[in-house]
Amino acid sequence: MVITWREFWTVIHGMGLGSLFFIAFSGILVALWNLCPERVGVEESLKRVRQLGIAIWSTAIILWATVITGTYTVYIWYRAQPPAGADLAQFPRSYLLSSPDRAGWHTFGMEWKEHIAWLAPILVTAVAYIITRYGTKLVEEEKIRKATAVIFSIAFFASAVAVAFGAFINKMAPIR
Amino acid sequence: MEQQKNLYNGPAAAAILAAGISCMALGLFTTLAQAIGPLKKALNLYDPAGPLSGKTTFAVVAWLAAWIIFGILWKNKQVGFARVFIASLVLIALGLIGTFPPFFEMFGH
Repeated sequence: MVITWREFWTVIHGMGLGSLFFIAFSGILVALWNLCPERVGVEESLKRVRQLGIAIWSTAIILWATVITGTYTVYIWYRAQPPAGADLAQFPRSYLLSSPDRAGWHTFGMEWKEHIAWLAPILVTAVAYIITRYGTKLVEEEKIRKATAVIFSIAFFASAVAVAFGAFINKMAPIR
Repeated sequence: MEQQKNLYNGPAAAAILAAGISCMALGLFTTLAQAIGPLKKALNLYDPAGPLSGKTTFAVVAWLAAWIIFGILWKNKQVGFARVFIASLVLIALGLIGTFPPFFEMFGH
């Protein structure tokens, strides 16, 4: 059983960091939505704000780590140009583009993934800042609280696209 | 908490609007890079990662710049939060459209 350095980083990038966000997402969204005191009580709401702050900043850091490792390690290996006569299976982008049946995984899947992924950490950092800045006051600020839930949901959509295409593309043309 | 008394909605609006501006900027850079060859080359800040390095770097710069500017302008202000939020959603939608391959590929390969 052998795993190469590149395969290891691809796992860290996708399975490690990307899936951690998925695990955190539902908990954070439910906590954000249910902060209102009439549902869970004032004491519980205040406690949840503190927990939410830790969870959301952890998520923002994970997302930044995911897009940075993705763009500056995994993506570089993905788009490497093969020398003449090379085995294309070792060069995922070129391998996908070499067949019309596979090309869409790059021209649509990878092109979408590589851009949309960057929206997620920016949006989640904005949400994290708002939660930290407003703290327990957020319980009373319904408009701001609901806006952050919407922004966070858009970040989830962006991440979901990136993670899903990442998994499919790595299945079609694995980085070795 | 004492520090949380008299909090204005300006800082929240600034954070959300700046994120929207950044999303729109990424969509704009992505589409313009597809349409304008020299711009695509100029965005190639780190050759192994290609133009993606420049598009994302400048989108982050736009985000931080917008956040600083609106953060200062709206630090102690109540703003029309609903209007700012809707404007931010429009900007985010433009960013999503601009980074969607069937859209930006209409402008060249």
